[in-house]
Amino acid sequence: MVIGSPALMHAQPRDASADHRHGPDAPDAAMPAQASIKAQVKDFSFYYGQFQAVKNVSMTIREHKVTALIGPSGCGKTTLLRCFNRMHDLYPNTRYAGEIRLLPDGFNIVDRRVNPIEMRMRISMVFQKPNPFPKSIFENVAYGLRLRGVSSRSELAGRVEHALRGAALWEEVKDRLKKPGFDLSGGQQQRLCIARALAVDPEMILFDEPTSALDPIATAKIEELVHELKGRVTILIVTHNMQQAARVSDETAFMYLGELIEMDRTSKIFQNPSKQLTEQYITGHFG
Amino acid sequence: MDIERIIRRRRRNDVLFALTGATITAAVLLVLGALAFTLVREGVSRLDLDFLRSYPSRRAERAGLLPAWVGSLLVMLVTGLTGIPLGIAAGVYLEEYTRKGWFASIIELNITNLAGVPSIVYGLMALGLFVYRFHLGPSVIAAGLTLALLVLPIVIVATRETLKSIPQNMREAAYALGATRWQVVRHHLLPYSAGGISTGVIIAMSRAIGETAPLIAIGAVAFVAFLPPVPYSADAFAVAREWAGSEQLSVVEAAVYPGVAWLGTSFTVVPIQMFNWISRPGDDFRANVAAAGIVLIVATIGLNAVAILIRHRMRRRIKW
Repeated sequence: MVIGSPALMHAQPRDASADHRHGPDAPDAAMPAQASIKAQVKDFSFYYGQFQAVKNVSMTIREHKVTALIGPSGCGKTTLLRCFNRMHDLYPNTRYAGEIRLLPDGFNIVDRRVNPIEMRMRISMVFQKPNPFPKSIFENVAYGLRLRGVSSRSELAGRVEHALRGAALWEEVKDRLKKPGFDLSGGQQQRLCIARALAVDPEMILFDEPTSALDPIATAKIEELVHELKGRVTILIVTHNMQQAARVSDETAFMYLGELIEMDRTSKIFQNPSKQLTEQYITGHFG
Repeated sequence: MDIERIIRRRRRNDVLFALTGATITAAVLLVLGALAFTLVREGVSRLDLDFLRSYPSRRAERAGLLPAWVGSLLVMLVTGLTGIPLGIAAGVYLEEYTRKGWFASIIELNITNLAGVPSIVYGLMALGLFVYRFHLGPSVIAAGLTLALLVLPIVIVATRETLKSIPQNMREAAYALGATRWQVVRHHLLPYSAGGISTGVIIAMSRAIGETAPLIAIGAVAFVAFLPPVPYSADAFAVAREWAGSEQLSVVEAAVYPGVAWLGTSFTVVPIQMFNWISRPGDDFRANVAAAGIVLIVATIGLNAVAILIRHRMRRRIKW
């Protein structure tokens, strides 16, 4: 794992074999077999009251890959991410339009008739600031399982350990599972939150700038983790750190003022973007 | 230099303010101390177990506080069992379930205002509603419900304030895992706010325990020479037969009435007993009033101490 500040050009996508090309300018027909697509966003818009925060976005989220959403502050990347688990339902005066279809069953996440709780059972989320519950480390990870009706002690113990191992936290906490999650350091808390998200075997994990509150070493650990997780679970990550997008993602979507400007393989976006706006952003001319 | 002069002047102002503050604080403490001292000096001679074990009497040295403190306890029990759950439920509903809008704002404003309504007004309303409309009479249950109305706004406001202090990202974390609104409330918000809510509840209760006016309004009796019937005692069955209007009780009547007979009896509470004593001519009962005052203050301080303890413990456990 490269840490520190590698030049953007060093960041090679890990999956060089993925030579597909898609984005707003790629017709659906050019898509490979459905099996490798996890979610299909089509003509999707989102409104806060009258304000349109996400404008007519269409994109493809590939299964078991890391897709990064980048763009300057206020471009709608976090807003879009939070549509995937209907987080906006918690607040008044919000409205979704268009589709986010989750494959393979293909039902529309943002359809008001779809129960948001069902969506959240299938799609986990890791937040910007580590937000463990004021409960023990064990209970933090077990909570999602309890919500899904798991109550056998041995099953809980096994799955909590599995999730903590998956989040590279097990060795650090195995002797103090009963201690409060708050006692951990910031980076450990964020990995605890990742374990909490992982424990329920989600189809997809949404990361909302997961390292913006962490120091570089903790950040490197989280990035390493994201890299290990892909292949098992589809990851959508919002970041305003371009090096991070280059390091961890397979595909990158650049958003600006609520619109999707360009989406492509990460190497393509960072080395040879097709839109001038994208190039200006990644070379630091604005944002 | 100029700056030095400015700094010196500011420092002088600082000292001046600190001195003023200290003087005022000392004055207030002095008044409080004098009050407590007088109370103890006058009352301590009467304050013994017999005082707590005796019924009221025409002779001051034999008069006791038994029906009054038992009455206070029972009324508080009714108030606690009705006012606290209702208040917490209403607070949770208003804070977590209603959509914020003009309607919610109006309700919020009204509840805040209710907390400031003079307690005698609650008494008048309770007189009309509980005593006459519901035919509860001037009973323990009527008094308990009256004080429940009184503590309700305080409990609601305390609940809402505590819920507001829980960071939004806790709710989002729970919702994101697929929790329903009720699960978020039950598994997270209520446990995390238990400290703040119980502090508010106890402070509300310690206010209610000293209330006199609304209970006089609903017709509390000042001279009570008996205790409410112990559930399922012979006295309780006598009350039950009276309620049933026959000597023979049905199974349900026999099961329920004697258990709740105490709710229907007339009652007195400590502050009303004090009011009765102090309004008598002559100085005979002064010591009794002071002794009862000590009992009331100790109860209030005790409740507040519990509130502080709970808050302290919760603070240590949960830090946002």
